[in-house]
Amino acid sequence: MDALISLQPIFWTAAAETLYIVGLTILFGGIAGLILGLGLYTTRGGSVLQNRAVYTILNFLVNTFRPIPFIIFLAAAQPLARLATGSGIGNNAIIFTLSLAACFAIGRIVEQNLLTVEPGVIEAARAMGAGPFRIIGQILLPEALGPLILGYAFIFVAIVDMSAVAGYIGGGGLGAFALLYGYRQFNPVVTWAAVLLIIVLVQLVQFGANRLARKVLRR
Amino acid sequence: MAIVALTGVTKTFPARGKSQAELRAIDGVDLTVDAGDIYGIIGYSGAGKSTLVRLINALELPTSGSIVVNGQEIVGVKESELRKVRLGIGMIFQQFNLFNSRTVWRNIEYPLQVAGVAVEDRNKRISDLLKFVGLADKAAAYPNELSGGQKQRVGIARALATSPSILLADEATSALDPETTREVLALLRRVNEEFGTTIVVITHEMEVIRSIAHKVAVMDSGRVVERGTVFDVFSNPQTPAAQKFVSTVVRAVPEADELAVLRERHPGRIVTLSFSDGSASQSEVFLEFARNGVSFELIYGGINDIQGRTFGHLTLSLTGEAAAISTAIALVSSTITVTEVN
Repeated sequence: MDALISLQPIFWTAAAETLYIVGLTILFGGIAGLILGLGLYTTRGGSVLQNRAVYTILNFLVNTFRPIPFIIFLAAAQPLARLATGSGIGNNAIIFTLSLAACFAIGRIVEQNLLTVEPGVIEAARAMGAGPFRIIGQILLPEALGPLILGYAFIFVAIVDMSAVAGYIGGGGLGAFALLYGYRQFNPVVTWAAVLLIIVLVQLVQFGANRLARKVLRR
Repeated sequence: MAIVALTGVTKTFPARGKSQAELRAIDGVDLTVDAGDIYGIIGYSGAGKSTLVRLINALELPTSGSIVVNGQEIVGVKESELRKVRLGIGMIFQQFNLFNSRTVWRNIEYPLQVAGVAVEDRNKRISDLLKFVGLADKAAAYPNELSGGQKQRVGIARALATSPSILLADEATSALDPETTREVLALLRRVNEEFGTTIVVITHEMEVIRSIAHKVAVMDSGRVVERGTVFDVFSNPQTPAAQKFVSTVVRAVPEADELAVLRERHPGRIVTLSFSDGSASQSEVFLEFARNGVSFELIYGGINDIQGRTFGHLTLSLTGEAAAISTAIALVSSTITVTEVN
């Protein structure tokens, strides 16, 4: 307990780093994933931009990269991270790699949530003379907003989970903190403190997402 | 004047699997809908009627044939042009297909937004439409707060927003109870009468056709097998498909099982007399039987009113001398249709 009190400044810095890493990952990976998911949804057979070749390629990409365990992906993608951020280690490198890994998962989740929109609703918009991009922006996304919010909350939790390995490439955050000051120092109280904060963070996000989703879900 | 004209239209869907053949949903259809008509298209599910209606607003493109809507050929036209064509055609659906994330007001606003109508003009139009469909108090409601009938009325208001000359109704009342169905059909009739909107109604319910359509086409396996005024098709259906549909709302000739029961109870000679406007009246016919000493009992049938014209099928059991019965039948046969029931 004493150790934890003396570690307090580092603990809060780690918490801020987790928020920084996860926040930016949700932003970059979230946007990339949204585009990927929209690409998957709109190019599939019968959809507004139906294109078999594009769909097949996107589908193959997602299926190839999504199942790779993140810690291996982190190592494999290091040269790419170095190219993109100028360094293979540190918080920015992990944000890049996390965003890349997350965008495939987010793409799939976005696709699934868009598929919950009744095809008839899209057909109604087409029948009114709306073009594909108008339909995507004004009908498809608003109609799927509730499930999308829940999908992103789910992904947030997964990214918090993935960010815990940041320490392996010199990144910070609560995961690295717990391993460094808790696990390796044989101080379970420190580990649990990190776990507790992560739980609180996840609960808060999920609570907020549930409320928001309930507000926009109208069915 | 024709507002929709389909000529030699076919539509095939590619095979789903290797074991399945390609599906010919529409098989050589010629169809003309005149401006101002309410045109009914009836068929069982899978007959191709939903595909047919989607060809009219180019949600589906035909494999071959010509489709002229509002004087414009729409086959072979590029998608951006088709969007303009669709602005002139409203559509309502069985499942309403309202935008759940938008209020009633914003649902009706959407087609106006797509059409690029200025905001002030939109507001006027939307309030008018809400009044027309009787939902002025529901402007701020979301679709999930409405009953099925109210949803369809919003659907109708939304479809009419851009003042289209054609309204397509795809099984628009099939998800509604009989009372609400009547209300919605009455509303469609008003749309036709007050705005002169041509309405194409797709249904599998003959009652809907009888209630609002002026003309009807019967579809079976992708073909139009019979067409004509509703009165003609109802009073004298020619094809088995049409006869089957007509029999759901018109008691015409007893079916085999019903006939067996009737025969057990009525020993006489059984004939069906078919009356329609302009043929001999019932009293003349019955007088003829009396003159020949033939007594009769009415055992099956009914009189129908279709848009102010009547027709009926009455099945009688005739008793008396065999020769007299034959003479009487021969006499009345000259003025009405008499069918021996066996």
